[in-house]
Amino acid sequence: MSVDQANVRRIAHLARIAVSDDEVPHLQGELNAMLAFVEELNAVNVEGIEPMTSVIPMRMALRTDVVTDHAGADVVVGNAPISEDHFFVVPKVVE
Amino acid sequence: MTDLTNMTLAQARDAVRAKSVSSTELTTAFLEAMDKGRGLNAYVAETHDQALAMAKASDARIAKGEIGPLEGLPLGIKDLYATKGVHTQSCSHILNGFKPAYESTVTAQLWRDGAVMLGKLNMDEFAMGSSNETSYYGPVASPWLRQGADKMASRAALAGDKKGLLVPGGSSGGSAAAVAARLCLGATASDTGGSIRQPAAFTGTVGIKPTYGRCSRWGMVAFASSLDQAGPIARTVRDSAIMLRSMAGYDPKDSTSVDRPVPNYEDAIGASVKGKTIGIPREYRIDGMPAEIDALWAKGVQWLRDAGATIVDISLPHTKTALPAYYIVAPAEASSNLARYDGVRYGLRVPGKDIADMYEKTRRAGFGAEVRRRIMIGTYVLSAGYYDAYYVKAQKIRTLIKRDFEQAYADGVDAILTPATPSAAFGIGEKTSADPVEMYLNDVFTVTVNMAGLPGIAVPAGISAEGLPLGLQLIGRPFEEDTLFSLAHVIEQAHGEMKLPEAWWA
Repeated sequence: MSVDQANVRRIAHLARIAVSDDEVPHLQGELNAMLAFVEELNAVNVEGIEPMTSVIPMRMALRTDVVTDHAGADVVVGNAPISEDHFFVVPKVVE
Repeated sequence: MTDLTNMTLAQARDAVRAKSVSSTELTTAFLEAMDKGRGLNAYVAETHDQALAMAKASDARIAKGEIGPLEGLPLGIKDLYATKGVHTQSCSHILNGFKPAYESTVTAQLWRDGAVMLGKLNMDEFAMGSSNETSYYGPVASPWLRQGADKMASRAALAGDKKGLLVPGGSSGGSAAAVAARLCLGATASDTGGSIRQPAAFTGTVGIKPTYGRCSRWGMVAFASSLDQAGPIARTVRDSAIMLRSMAGYDPKDSTSVDRPVPNYEDAIGASVKGKTIGIPREYRIDGMPAEIDALWAKGVQWLRDAGATIVDISLPHTKTALPAYYIVAPAEASSNLARYDGVRYGLRVPGKDIADMYEKTRRAGFGAEVRRRIMIGTYVLSAGYYDAYYVKAQKIRTLIKRDFEQAYADGVDAILTPATPSAAFGIGEKTSADPVEMYLNDVFTVTVNMAGLPGIAVPAGISAEGLPLGLQLIGRPFEEDTLFSLAHVIEQAHGEMKLPEAWWA
């Protein structure tokens, strides 16, 4: 399988990564090289095989529903590019 | 002072215990080495003041007779481990300025055991790479030079684009280079497709990726959650056993961490390997394998045989599918893990006309080319219409890969011996061609181990025709890292001490 330029733009949009028009052909080439590399898996017979869900058998652990992190709001926004009154400030989200 | 940096971690530990050297003396020596070695670009953040403060605190503990397993020993920390208040960016620009308010579990355990932090080590961006060339902070120069290389020209090249110098491997390139150049006693590293074992093999050091779940991933910047694992790179098998003991252990904060006691791995050093069965997988003899790698492998077989092990040929039929399957699974998981980098809560923000524009511009500017490629492949294989054909299929192939190993182990194999890499270290800039896949082939011997969740160790075993280190890999049964240490020690003893390169970089 290979991707066309429209597909490259669609994938970039899904991944929320900006691509300029002149980047698209090069990116298309690179992605197609990677897809060609994984093509050989088409020949593998996986009839009746379960997909791996856990690489080492393990039981999903649960924990008691209590607060364990008391770091506080200052810490939470401590690395924010822009924050105000313990809010993360972003461009308008809803029209 | 330079004599202090020539000690192994075990020797330094014993000297500290015997009070013949203080942590402050050791730390000062390594800080000096770090300063002199700056040209190699192994460190991306140096923590001089913190190191000396930690050393002072350690000396106070030693005076009171409180001596932890790593008491006073200066270590380097790969940049993807969250270190409280200290640069933690996984060598990416998108985490620009990020200083975590918390400590990763693995590093917290190192400090609990008395170790000292020298700084954060260079790596491929988000651990995606096999040469440390995708780092936002530029490539790392290996302390190794090809035989006959001009030392003065090499030192001059450090200041420029480092062309002509060698890669240390990746993604834990900074870790491997720093250990080999004696800029730290040992380093933390991580391995998703070979990122501990391949750089260890390229630099004549020892690196172990333990069983998935052996070490906690809490506080490690995630790449691929079902493949990532923490582990040490150090000068000797004994050193790496000492470090792993401190790094490993159950952590309730990591739901994939396994609740099993951590043995004193150092006890495995020197244990007899008589009667151990070593499997030699025929599928690892790849087309075009260099003769010297094949010869190295045969030498390893002989050494283990001489130590009383039984050698058997085995088949791991799905070996060839591991690399392509990995390049579906790992990017898919990465595309999910890296979705959090959006300029909102931490790191780089590039302003945009609206929220979507901000996301897209931030991620375009913040991620390097290799990371963007892998996120996009991952996004594609998980997208509607392609999920079954790619991701589910790759996960089924993963079941088959793991089953191959399970069969071999059920048949009585204790460990598997393979080459670690298809070649010795290559030159900086040599493999960054138009084809991204060329670089991926470096991991052909190592990715199977992550896909199956097994432990794997790389140990120096020879020198190439150009005078560069070559390593062998041992793959073990789940949670039998002690067997790997015993077997690796046999190889290490048989080869003899790997003479690390004299400092040409200072």
